[in-house]
Amino acid sequence: MQIDKETLRKIAHLARLEIQPQDEGPMINDLNNILTWVEQLNEVNTEGVEPLTNMSLEENAFREDEVKDHIVREDALKNAPDQDGTYFRVPKFLGNSSS
Amino acid sequence: MESLQSMNYELVVGLEVHAQLSTQSKIYASDATIFGCEPNTNIGVITLAHPGTMPKLNKKVIEYAIKMGLACGCEITRYNIFCRKNYFYPDLPKGYQLTQDKTPICMGGGIRVNGQHGEEIYVRLNRIHVEEDAGKSLHPEGKAYTQVDLNRAGVPLIEIVTEPDIRHSADAATVLTEVRKIVRFLGICDGNMEEGSMRCDANVSVRPIGSDVYGKKVELKNMNSIKQVRQAIDHEVSRQLKLISEGKTIVSETRTFDPVTGASFSMREKEDLNDYRYFPEPDLSPVRVTEEWLEAIKKSMPELPDTLKRRFLNEFGLSEADASFLSDSRDVASYYQELVSFTKNYKAAANWVMGPLQTLANEKGLSFSDIELKPGKLAELINFIDEGKITYTMAYQQVFPVMLEKQNISVASIAKDLNLVIESNTDALKTLIQQIACKYPDKVKEYRKGKKGLLGMFMGELMKETKGKADPKIATNLLKEVLEETS
Repeated sequence: MQIDKETLRKIAHLARLEIQPQDEGPMINDLNNILTWVEQLNEVNTEGVEPLTNMSLEENAFREDEVKDHIVREDALKNAPDQDGTYFRVPKFLGNSSS
Repeated sequence: MESLQSMNYELVVGLEVHAQLSTQSKIYASDATIFGCEPNTNIGVITLAHPGTMPKLNKKVIEYAIKMGLACGCEITRYNIFCRKNYFYPDLPKGYQLTQDKTPICMGGGIRVNGQHGEEIYVRLNRIHVEEDAGKSLHPEGKAYTQVDLNRAGVPLIEIVTEPDIRHSADAATVLTEVRKIVRFLGICDGNMEEGSMRCDANVSVRPIGSDVYGKKVELKNMNSIKQVRQAIDHEVSRQLKLISEGKTIVSETRTFDPVTGASFSMREKEDLNDYRYFPEPDLSPVRVTEEWLEAIKKSMPELPDTLKRRFLNEFGLSEADASFLSDSRDVASYYQELVSFTKNYKAAANWVMGPLQTLANEKGLSFSDIELKPGKLAELINFIDEGKITYTMAYQQVFPVMLEKQNISVASIAKDLNLVIESNTDALKTLIQQIACKYPDKVKEYRKGKKGLLGMFMGELMKETKGKADPKIATNLLKEVLEETS
């Protein structure tokens, strides 16, 4: 896979990153180097091997349905860039969540 | 105005239903899920996505989702992984939603309902998967900021996705009603659309009848009642047909319906919003549903509305309408079932549940499980009526209210205290009838000549004498006997 300027801009937008025009060239180079390095994995024959989705072999690590570990609102809001003692505040946006 | 009929088009609808699971704690964190709490009080470090925190899966969420799958005849996925669905939104602290993509917990299955003309419809399900809800945003008027409440963030959801098998807006409403009935029966979601614990999106398109290609679909969002879903679909159909008849094209987009104005408008989608870059969640271990676990869940399932209804029809000989009513909610169904374990008069039992008890529940705002009158006690009253000791009217108007007040007194002693026990002593009644006959010799003559309608008058007199306590059946027979005797 090759990263071009258009792909770079698209993934930067998806990650909400602003990349200065003068940084685009070096960034494209870096990303392509990373991809080429990772592409070495394509040499491994993975036929018949199930995709690995988790590094642990553990399964069914459940929690029982119990309420605990709340934090108080004052503490929860403390680190927010903006808040009013009740809510977190963010710059106004409109529209709806997609879920 | 264009209609589906006049243009020879048909409607194609698929639904996506989000149901909040009624667990105590969230799906990946142990924060409470209670609706209506002070903003930002049901939150913890996992919900807030603080660095270094890791999700831990609530076992009950998986069990509830499996119950829904079993109820809908789905295939249960034995090996489940979770995925990150990446997008930025202020009410989504992590920057991704933890959901299922490749391995939805339930696959296939369907919902069976009766269509608007009574025909049986089977709407196939594509899948049911588990995921987390997002927080809530408020936009105060005239302010430059939006307020975010994260109480809802991380509340467990199942998303039920149907195939585009629905052809009428009324049927969409019926399917949604059925889904709500099932989740309520299973006790996995309260099904309250107004409070948002059940939400529905509809994918709507139209196509010429006979076409096997789907039209461009529009996703309708934010409908918060079953009625609105139907209205919104109807509105969307008209809008699409109008565009087609004007030669314009339909754009695939998300629209929101305003029930007040009856209009819908396009929601500005952020570009590339649909590029969610799903990838497996490394912080959650996979879930394997073993045979033993699945069996245990199956055993814990209540009888479902559909099965119950069929049983009420066949076993108890109830009418279609009665069986439907009594199988509609779990509380009512279990009250009825307990009631008929004490009395064989299934029809009378049904009438008591649908009449006096339902009225009581409505008046007091009670659910059937809150009704204090025990089914066994009510059965005592039903049997008392069947034995001819008391009439229904007296039972309902006089004994029943006392029973609601006092649980520990027997029906017999209430009836006795109120002096209600029916006069079914034939000798005593016969004497009374003879006295009445003597009082109205003319009427007796007329009766003999064939004016049989006078029987009602004699009956009225007898009831007056007995203060309504004469057993009507016995009294009628005795009246006829005595009146004919004097001839």
